[in-house]
Amino acid sequence: MTPHMLTRSLDRGAAIFLMVVAACGILIPLSNLLLPTGSFLQVPTYLVALWGKYVCYAILALSIDLIWGYCGILSLGHGAFFALGGYAMGMYLMRQIGTRGVYGNPILPDFMVFLNWQKLPWYWYGFDMFWFAALMVLVVPGLLAFCFGWLAFRSRVTGVYLSIITQAMTYALLLAFFRNDFGFGGNNGLTDFKDILGFNVQAEGTRAALFALSCLALIFSFLICRSVVSSKLGKVLIAIRDAESRSRFLGYRVESYKLFVFTLSACMAGVAGALYVPQVGIINPSEFAPGNSIEAVIWVAVGGRGTLVGAALGAIVVNYAKTFFTSGVLAPYWLFMLGALFILVTLLLPKGIVGTFSAWRESTRERRPAATSASAAAEDGITEPNMAE
Amino acid sequence: MNVMDTRATSAMLYLDGVHVSFDGFHAINNLSLTLAPGEMRAIIGPNGAGKTTMMDIITGKTKPDEGTVLFDGVTDLTRLDETRIAELGIGRKFQKPTVFESQTVQDNLLLALNVDHSVKGTLFWRGSRAESERIDKVLETIRLTDARNRLAGSLSHGQKQWLEIGMLLAQDPKLLLVDEPVAGMTDVETHLTAELLKEINKTHTVMVVEHDMTFVRELGVKVTCLHEGTVLAEGTIDQVSSNDRVIEVYLGR
Repeated sequence: MTPHMLTRSLDRGAAIFLMVVAACGILIPLSNLLLPTGSFLQVPTYLVALWGKYVCYAILALSIDLIWGYCGILSLGHGAFFALGGYAMGMYLMRQIGTRGVYGNPILPDFMVFLNWQKLPWYWYGFDMFWFAALMVLVVPGLLAFCFGWLAFRSRVTGVYLSIITQAMTYALLLAFFRNDFGFGGNNGLTDFKDILGFNVQAEGTRAALFALSCLALIFSFLICRSVVSSKLGKVLIAIRDAESRSRFLGYRVESYKLFVFTLSACMAGVAGALYVPQVGIINPSEFAPGNSIEAVIWVAVGGRGTLVGAALGAIVVNYAKTFFTSGVLAPYWLFMLGALFILVTLLLPKGIVGTFSAWRESTRERRPAATSASAAAEDGITEPNMAE
Repeated sequence: MNVMDTRATSAMLYLDGVHVSFDGFHAINNLSLTLAPGEMRAIIGPNGAGKTTMMDIITGKTKPDEGTVLFDGVTDLTRLDETRIAELGIGRKFQKPTVFESQTVQDNLLLALNVDHSVKGTLFWRGSRAESERIDKVLETIRLTDARNRLAGSLSHGQKQWLEIGMLLAQDPKLLLVDEPVAGMTDVETHLTAELLKEINKTHTVMVVEHDMTFVRELGVKVTCLHEGTVLAEGTIDQVSSNDRVIEVYLGR
């Protein structure tokens, strides 16, 4: 009885989450575009862009929760996949600038002209086509994750060691992308974007559409994660998380499972990065900073590891707090607060917000069995006969 | 493949001249042992005799420095990894009960079933009637039908031991390696476990490592006593327990 109700309550949590995201994805852009500027219910454009950023972070958090919460792989370098997806999109946006750049070169982005490059490096080919860039958003992070994972999981690198090498991976990429001769704009990264698919990236309509698209991507990512974790494969992932060698002795090829879920997660992070870049208008090497990846892990811990909804919620809550605190007098202390938040959550809410909430719900249900059956009946839509009539 | 053309031996499990050392410590020393198909064998021996290391070698967790380990007369186990060996049909119950604590009893058995274990197979898995019937049957055998929806972590120690034996049954291997199945069990549970293993032995080859002599006596099977990584004595429990060297090893000089 209990597990059945548990799954049902989780399903209800998921349904509420999806409805809220869908409602935001529709109502916020509409309110921004249709209501007069300055009206009480009108969402200003800067907020649409800001919230769009949060939604992208929520997708990144989901991708981390999929591997950490369900398979026990603590990646401290997931920001790298996010940034690579972002760079792939950024390269498309750079090629769209065309002659409108400072130097007016139809092929070469400004930074290449500045560096006196005569022709486009081969790895920039194809990025003038949106479909190709969109494909690369998935392929580049996915391929890196596949190669990295193939080497790490086959050698049975686990736990802290794996976390450290993921951290080293993102740091290595940070250093590489900082270099001017690497061909991705060096320190400044890619910016001054003009158009995406022919629409002005600065225009309100484009921003609203990007926000709606991000919400749609969040919904899709959530559904993918959920179908993965609720399949039998999800049970295997949890088995690997809890007792890896036991799973091997049952005949599961642990490295294949880890590789699958790690690659899937990296692709999701890439999509999040690709949606992030046109909304913030810039991608530079600081996105590879190890601190970013660690921060993303904190979102998941705060929201609730292994809950999916919690990961997305954690990303939004922590980033809202970040925006709130870094824009006031408390700004210099934000990092201290983030650290304190992580310590407090680890000590007081080890299951995170959503995990603690569902545990609390379970315990109150067990205490009141009578009320439980009544509420269960109500959930099933069974209306009790009205005695008064 | 590591499969030879003809069977080198009629034994289900054949160990010959196996050596393993860890940093100069000889855990297994010229160990030779044969298990006939359908046999049940009890392995006894003092702490550090190499019982668990032997199981690690058979299941691919540890690679021997030298020696032959043949399964079913044809397969060289020393070249395969844990997953492949499990697929071939060797199941293992650990010394410390290892079940998937955060999943239900039923799901533990589902995970153990010897169906398609590939990523694709589990991602697109659809439960079948045959599978749930097999799970029901195992639940009945291990007396956990009423606990099927409970989390494995909430079971008592004895129940966890049984669940792990149940997982072996669901895996349906040709050879079962059972490490200390009655550790921490009450007398009644120990008796029931002996009955359960005898029942399992009707259709499977079993190797049991156990310290509990009452239990070994109850099994009533051939006993092998290990000491310092080699076979010290082999025979019925009475023969082995009256062997002077065995007494010496167990009681000290």
